Parts: sequence; structure tokens; C-alpha cells
Amino acid sequence: MAADQFIPTDPPEEHTDDAAQVPPIPAAPRTPTGCFNTRAIDPGRIECLQILNASGHIEQGMDPGFSDETLKDVHRAMVLSRAFDARMLTMQRQGEMGTFAPNVGQEACMIGQVWPLTKDDWFAPSYRSFGAQIARGWPMDHLMKLWAGYHEGFAPPPGVNDYPFSIVIGSQVPPAVGTAMAMRRAGRSECVVVNFGDGAFSQGAVAESLNFAAVDKAPVVFVCENNGWAISTPLHKQTEVDALAVRGLGYGVPSIRVDGNDILAMMVAMRDACDRARSGEGPTLIEAVTFRMSLHTTADDPTVYRDEAHVDPWRKRCPIARLETLMMKQGAMAEGDGEAIRAECDQLVLAARDTFRAEAAAKPREVFDHLYASMPESLARQQDEYFKRLDRKGIE
Amino acid sequence: MAQLTMVEALNLALDEALREDERVCLMGQDIGVNGGVFRVTKDLQARHGADRVMDTPLAECGIIGTAVGMAVYGMRPVAEIQFSGFTMQAFDQIEQNMARLRNRTQGRYPISMVMRTPFGGGIRAVEHHSESREAYWAHTPGLKCVIPSGPRNARALLRASIECDDPVVFYEPKAVYRAFREEVPESPETMELGKADVFRTGADITLISYGAMIRPVREAADDLADEYGIDCECIDLLTVSPIDTTTLVESVRKTGRCIIVHEGHRSCGIGAEVAARITEDAFEHLVAPVRRLTGFDIPFPYFQVEQHALPETDDIIAAARDAMNWD
Repeated sequence: MAADQFIPTDPPEEHTDDAAQVPPIPAAPRTPTGCFNTRAIDPGRIECLQILNASGHIEQGMDPGFSDETLKDVHRAMVLSRAFDARMLTMQRQGEMGTFAPNVGQEACMIGQVWPLTKDDWFAPSYRSFGAQIARGWPMDHLMKLWAGYHEGFAPPPGVNDYPFSIVIGSQVPPAVGTAMAMRRAGRSECVVVNFGDGAFSQGAVAESLNFAAVDKAPVVFVCENNGWAISTPLHKQTEVDALAVRGLGYGVPSIRVDGNDILAMMVAMRDACDRARSGEGPTLIEAVTFRMSLHTTADDPTVYRDEAHVDPWRKRCPIARLETLMMKQGAMAEGDGEAIRAECDQLVLAARDTFRAEAAAKPREVFDHLYASMPESLARQQDEYFKRLDRKGIE
Repeated sequence: MAQLTMVEALNLALDEALREDERVCLMGQDIGVNGGVFRVTKDLQARHGADRVMDTPLAECGIIGTAVGMAVYGMRPVAEIQFSGFTMQAFDQIEQNMARLRNRTQGRYPISMVMRTPFGGGIRAVEHHSESREAYWAHTPGLKCVIPSGPRNARALLRASIECDDPVVFYEPKAVYRAFREEVPESPETMELGKADVFRTGADITLISYGAMIRPVREAADDLADEYGIDCECIDLLTVSPIDTTTLVESVRKTGRCIIVHEGHRSCGIGAEVAARITEDAFEHLVAPVRRLTGFDIPFPYFQVEQHALPETDDIIAAARDAMNWD
């Protein structure tokens, strides 16, 4: 199966909001050898949410009624994410950046997942989540430091509660659940959103996390950003199920599949999931179905393992163009506004690049500083040795 | 003063911490109603509630990973892994987050948590229940690893570990759990982490050990003095990461001889590290090679034969006599 067969079709599939549509469990086989139900798991109990279809039309009766200002905010955040993405790719190609994981085409998922969050809430990103990190208040020059190999880039900036992203796939998920467990114990109406991908869903840590969150009724929203590819491994080699959201059901976690290129669907699903979390109803799993339009990272060449013909259908599903169609129609945007916002975002990114260039400075003498609250004597001796080495080489 | 076993002393320390610091919580498999398979957390859930003394699902990676997340939010979780052999399933979260998150966030998120787990052989258990893998934790930057040897220091060191602002692996020698009782003061007591205890002074040879091996070391030192006139200095490391190099080196500079005794595998074990530090800092004082009397580099043998693989009192005596006869 090609990866794009997993996405909600346009127009969307029938919603399965009627319990009667749940396929009946087949009668127990009567043969002594046929004890197992080998039928493919039916994602029939999984609701699929799409509000804004690929043509930029809101499905009838589903308008969530977001204000023009709200639409402008999320639109701008998506455009900024894409502008950052493009600039980072350029900077990487010019040797100014380390390995970078692009996110072009996944902006609706990016921005929608953090849209309902307040400063008091927490976000645990994966490494492709920079658009969401920017929306959460991580300065772009700070993220540039991170990707360029400066230690301070990983430290959450003051006033931002988030986790730094986690390099080891899925390893950000258990701590995110733990933070939510702590929130519940503190009696706060806060929540945690944790992002991971379709590849990460194969990790045991993610499975354990869903279970811990369910048992503890932890206020956490799991966002599986299913972009169809884990480096070279397509979804159908990653899993035998058609919809990753079914996995939540096995843990007793309400789960929904969302068109991850539909910003309105992402906002509605995330708002409702965060509301559930805040009101003590526990975790939710949102499978955001999107597509990795570009490289896994700048160290990757997708032509080795995938036919670019797979990408083409997704170009028509661009989340930004889709929202712009709606905004034009609703009068939230006029002819030329899109270009103006793009130019403005490009300028913001360039300004961030200038700040990055001016401020980024390697600090080799700080590498021992933050490991322990108080440095053990034996480590201090190693630090002395290291400083002497730097002195000998004339390094500040 | 009360005469307590190590299990009772640990229970006392946890109870005190839960009473005195609302940030402290306990989590682990079967630690609540059941009080833990070794009863270290007996009655604590009834006293402090199920939200503070949590029975978790059976998933070690989940236990340590969520404990890290609680620490990030400002709690001080004490997570129990039922046997140290099962910590391997938590290695992912220990390595990626417990040990590194403070460093990754430039000190923004200190990980003040404890992973308690019983280790070591000698209790006739099945496979994976007798491991001594403290070298893993000592090899992992960002962690501390504390190993008590008796009821009194177990209570004091556990309190200190819970109060520590860094993540601590608290390795409990389960062979000592109920092996003997000791006076434990009623008023709370802590000990400084990272300090070794010279529990016997002597002039001829330094015996370095920790955990359950302290008892045979103590017995060997008595016998060596009584039967052979060999005057041993005995050191209990108590913290194997960071190692108290100063105390070890001072002792070996005096005695010129050293044996390190532990259950864990020999290669790249704590003994190897101790030997290297002594060689670096006390080389000119050595009159015999530093000797390691340790577990072998084999999976821990099943219990019908395990006693032969553990260093015993007579092995220590023989090794010390060899060192004394070295020319």
C-alpha cells in the first residue's frame, strides 16, 4: 500500500459517529485450529475529522466559527514556520547549519497542535516541531543556535515551559506523561501536548506512555504526526494497521484521526482534547495524517527510496494554500495579503539569522557546567585537565 | 534508638521523606497495597495515599520516564525498580533523560529523583534477579550511584539521595535487607553523598568494597589480624559514582597495598576504576599490584552454584596474604 492511501480522502469519508457502524465481533470460530481472528483490524471505531477540505471549503454544518483574527494568527504562524524551514535549508546548504529536519507541508499539524495551549501548559516537541516551538515562544535565533550545534539552543528560553526536543525517537513521550501526572497531582488545570511521529509509534516507550497516561488519567494530549515516512521506511512497513489511532483504543485512550493538513480540524481536535485534559477526563490520542514533502533531514536523499510521484498528490493538499482559499472567501484576507505576509515572515527570519550570526559563540569552557547541581571532585579534576588542554591550544 | 533491618530503615527513610516534603512521591510495581516485593514500602500507601505512593503498570521504561517528567515539574519522585536486572528495560529513559535532561537544558530542569533497586546475589533467586551492574551507572555522566551497606547508612543515604538535586541510582544490596539489625537513631539522619567511610584503620593493606561485600571484608580483616597479624584498613565506598578518590588514595599511600572487592563483573567495573585512580595518584607508594576480587565476566550463575562466584571471606584472606607476600 502506498502511504497516501492512508490519508482521509477528499471529500472526507463518512464519519463513524454512529455506534451501529462498529463492525460486529465475528462469532467465535468453531474449528479447533481456527481460534484466532485473522481479519485485519478495522479502524471503524476511529472517527476521522476533516473540516476544511483540500479545495478550501468548509464541510457543511462544520464551521467552527473561528474569528478572522484567529485565522490570521494561525495563518501567519504557518507561513513563518515555512519561511524558517526554507531559510534553514539554505543555511544548511551554505554550511552555516548542522543537519536539519525540514517540516514543509506539515504546518497545519505544527501550529494546530499548540494553538490551544497557554503559557502554563507544556509542549514536548519532536525534532521536526520547530514551527510549533516558534509559536510557543522559542526565538528563531535560539532555534538556529540549537541546529547549529550551540549548547544554549536546547535550553528552553525563559518563560517557556516546554521540553527541548528529543533526538532519540519517542524518548520525549514518557517524561511528557510524567509532567502531566505531576500536574494532576498539583490540582492544576494545565495540560501537556506531546508530539511524535509514525516511526516513533513503533517504540515501546510510546506504548508504555499511553498506558501510564490512561491509568493515571493524566492531562496529556498525544499527537502522532503521521507523515508517512520514517526516513526511508514507509508506514506500511512500520505497521500492519491502517490507522495508527486504533492503538489508543487498546489503552482506553479516546483517539481520533485528523486530517493533519487541515488547520481547522487540528485546532478543533486539539481544543477539545486539551479541554478534556484540563477537566480531568484524561488523555487523548490524535493521529494527524500528513505527509513528509521533503527530506528526512539534510543528510537524506529520498530519491533513493521513494518515487517522487508519491509526493505530487500532496502538493494539492498544501495546508497554507487551503487556509488562504478560505480566508479569501471569508474576507479575512485580500488579494496580495498572502505575498505581504510571506515577505514579512521572510524578513523576520532574516533578522533572526542576523541575530544568530551576531550572538552565536562557541563556549568550550562551559561543557562541564550543567551536568550536576554541584560538580563532583573527580569531574572537577577532569575539567582542570581539559582547561589546561584548551590553554595549551590557545582556546578561550 | 531502634534496632532495625535495612528494609525497615529504608521504610523509615521513605516515610520521613513523604512526611517532611510534599514534593516527594513513590512509584513502582507492587509498592502500594503490597508494600513492595521486599516490603520496603510497607504501609506507606495507606499512610500517604495512592497518588503519592503509586502502584504503576508493569513497565520499567514508563516508570523511569514518567518519574523524570514529574521531576521536571518540581516533584521529587523515588521510583522503585523491582530488581536491578529489570533496570535494563528502563535504560532508554535513564540514559536519554534521567541522566541528561539537566545538561541538555543548561540546568533549567534539574532532575531530582531517585531510582531505588535491589541488586546483588546470594538470595537464591532466578536469573536476572542477582545482577550487580553499578558500573553502568558509574559510566553514565549525569548520574550518581549510592550503595549502602547496613541499616543505619541505608536510612541516612536514602534521605540524602532524595534531597540531592541530581538523579541518584540507589542500589540496595538485597542480601543485606534482612541479614542483621543495627541501631538506627530516631531523629532523622543524613550522610554526605560521595564520601567513603574508613570503617577500620590499619597500616598494612587497604581493603575497598561496598554493599553486601562489606560483611566478608569486615570478617576477613578480623581474621587477618587475629590469625596472621595483618593490619587491614577497610573502606566502604558508599557512593560508587562519584568515587571518593581522595580517601582511597590517602589510605593506599599509607598502606602501599590494595584489594578491591565487589560482586559486579571485573572488566571495566568499579574495581578497574579504583585501580586506575590509585595507579595515577599513589603509584610511587605501591608495594604490590592492586588486586581485584570481583564477580567474573560471566552472567551471574544460577543459585545452586552462585556462592562459588561471589567473593567470600576466605578468598579475601587469601588475596590479602598474597599481597603481603609480594616482593
